[in-house]
Amino acid sequence: MNLELLGITVLWTFLYGYLIVASIDFGAGFFAYYARLKKKDHIINDLISRYLSPVWEVTNVFFVFFFVGIVGFFPATAYYYGTALLIPGSVAIILIAIRGSFYAFNNYGSRDSTFYLFLYGATGLLIPASLSTALTISEGGFLSVTDVEVTFLAKELFTSPFSWSVVFLSIVSVLFISATFLTYYADRADDRQARRTLRQFALFWTTPTIVASLLVFMSLQMHNPVHYDKAVTEYWWMFGLSLLCFSVASWFIYIGKRYGTAFIMVMLQFFFAFFGYGASHLPYILYPYITLHENVTNEAMATALVTVFILGLLLLIPSLILLMKLFLFDADYVKGKKK
Amino acid sequence: MELDSVMLSRMLTTMTLMFHIIFATIGVGVPIMIAIAEFIGIKKNDPYYLLLARRWARGFTITVAVGVVTGTAIGLQLSLLWPSFMEVAGQVIALPLFMETFAFFFEAIFLGIYLYTWDRFKGKWTHWLLTIPVMIGSSASALFITTVNAFMNTPQGFDLKNGEMINIEPIAAMFNPATPSKVMHVVMTSYMTSAAILAAIAAFAILKGRKGAYERKALRLTVTCTLIFSIIVSVTGDVSAKFLAEVQPEKLAAAEWHFETEKEADLIFFGTLNENGEIENEIRIPKFLSFLAGNSFDTEVIGLEEFPEDERPPLWIHYMFDIMVSIGMFVLAVSALYVIAGRVKKWNELNKPLLWAIVASGPLSMVAIEAGWILAEVGRQPWILRGYLKVAEAATTSNSVGLTFVMFALLYLVLGVMTVVVLIKMFKNSPAEAELEKRFPNRG
Repeated sequence: MNLELLGITVLWTFLYGYLIVASIDFGAGFFAYYARLKKKDHIINDLISRYLSPVWEVTNVFFVFFFVGIVGFFPATAYYYGTALLIPGSVAIILIAIRGSFYAFNNYGSRDSTFYLFLYGATGLLIPASLSTALTISEGGFLSVTDVEVTFLAKELFTSPFSWSVVFLSIVSVLFISATFLTYYADRADDRQARRTLRQFALFWTTPTIVASLLVFMSLQMHNPVHYDKAVTEYWWMFGLSLLCFSVASWFIYIGKRYGTAFIMVMLQFFFAFFGYGASHLPYILYPYITLHENVTNEAMATALVTVFILGLLLLIPSLILLMKLFLFDADYVKGKKK
Repeated sequence: MELDSVMLSRMLTTMTLMFHIIFATIGVGVPIMIAIAEFIGIKKNDPYYLLLARRWARGFTITVAVGVVTGTAIGLQLSLLWPSFMEVAGQVIALPLFMETFAFFFEAIFLGIYLYTWDRFKGKWTHWLLTIPVMIGSSASALFITTVNAFMNTPQGFDLKNGEMINIEPIAAMFNPATPSKVMHVVMTSYMTSAAILAAIAAFAILKGRKGAYERKALRLTVTCTLIFSIIVSVTGDVSAKFLAEVQPEKLAAAEWHFETEKEADLIFFGTLNENGEIENEIRIPKFLSFLAGNSFDTEVIGLEEFPEDERPPLWIHYMFDIMVSIGMFVLAVSALYVIAGRVKKWNELNKPLLWAIVASGPLSMVAIEAGWILAEVGRQPWILRGYLKVAEAATTSNSVGLTFVMFALLYLVLGVMTVVVLIKMFKNSPAEAELEKRFPNRG
């Protein structure tokens, strides 16, 4: 494996990591607000904050990690995306800023402000929508490039069926991933009431998830046939596996057993879909301007980055395991018996 | 001044950074103070210090949250506002940027664990040990990000050929000439400022009539730390000045209004410039600039005249230099006075003027941080990459920067106000004495 492929694989893995942990967080915010509206917050909100409080900051780092990494590995992305994404990127930053700080204000400062909870819940759905813009742009067709400047074609983006189907998929996936995880967490906590509510959420979001995925496929065929062909001819099996995992997960949730396995299946479902999507997108990083091989950083830097990757992971993986052991797999903590 | 995208990009970056460094400074310095307080608390088995660590940690979470989100903002804005710079320099500075996120990751994980495991472990030291990765993480991220800034001041580790960077050496770029003095000064001023802010809070509580053992112990600990750190800061500041004199003389010359290259150069303190560019109303310390630049009164100090006019930094950075240095000396003097007053039996270290001076030291230190950064950043104008790339060539070509500026201005306004409101509310609703009773009911 050459350095640039290794680089993009690691970066993609981090983006996948962000997809999972951020989805749990984003969806949890929405569910917490929804439960407050329905006056059911006493059932699930303690559970949610018990999980989120120690980890929300880590979630944010996954994202920072990805964008610092991609600019480092492929400096041309800074030029194209940087110019194009000024507005959508700034909107995403502002939403993330509001969300992160109001989470802290709500949880550590003055508890139980419905307005804070609203901001927290609403931004949780808007952030995935705004971040998905970057993925949409990577399919090409939304930039006009001349020798002197890159212009973002906002109108094209807003009227494209493809971009809307991606937005739809991102929001629905967030809610589905989050609900399955929280069902599992409630199950671990032996909290039947919370589990019942969350299981309903999870079941509810299964159908939209599959509909949205199909929509993305169909609109991709219209928008970028090159990518679509590669996805269905070379990587069809990955999407097949994804569908299989989805079915197994839905089944377990439906019969109300093995929520842990169900969540792992959901993770695998998104793993296969995400990597199938990513692999079929290559060699383009931004179609058709940035490719994997032509726009990689110089060799000295690439080597240094990969070295730091490995050293960093040696530090991070045990730390993350410790974090999970203390707050995810410690039954007493999950049940709220330990502080 | 024309509000083109270059100017607006500069303004937006300035605003984001000025807002972020308030929280970044606290983020680097406060973990040290928390670790010290918990250490003393365990060592002496003194619940006051343990409570101090807990309460600081609780307030810290709020500032960390704002620090994290504004840090994310500046990270992305680098690419959004300066795409050409990142495309060129990204080839060389990706490594420290990346290492910074690792350090940040490391800190985030252990801070989460630290905050939620106060009563988890049997041995008290186990919990204290968690402060070590937090301190390493926060100080290391300051270190790495400062190397990036140092690189922009003294670029090295590459050759430029036809606008392309070749022969890149990432490590050499990181450890460029400006790195040691900058990193030391940044980290130490963060420690000092955080200690001074915590001292200001304690002093204010005492002035408001809460004179219990908790507040007194907090004050003694924080002011002593402020004194130690500010002594180190004055040393690192001196090292930085000598570095500038040698490597980046135009910055020192502009900061000191030193126009002609000469030996036995005078140090200018305060003062104004008249329309002929002559210095008026100044305090002139003879030959001291030479001493500052090279430890002897006949060191030759390079003047601004040696540089072409379009490569000189603006002269108003002199005021930033004055603000930074005089606040540094003020804080050093105030904390030294307090510590001495505590030792001399006849003196009362809790007298009102001294307490008010300590209260002032906290926010003033933050002002000094801002002034120092403005001095450092504006001092390398017009360059973004000194000697290689000018600011005007690096900014985005987008015409939406104005709108973005307004959006971020509103965001920082809301976040700033909310942070203050939430922090005040948080501690007003739970006084220290009550919490002490609740948490440590069996203390002697």
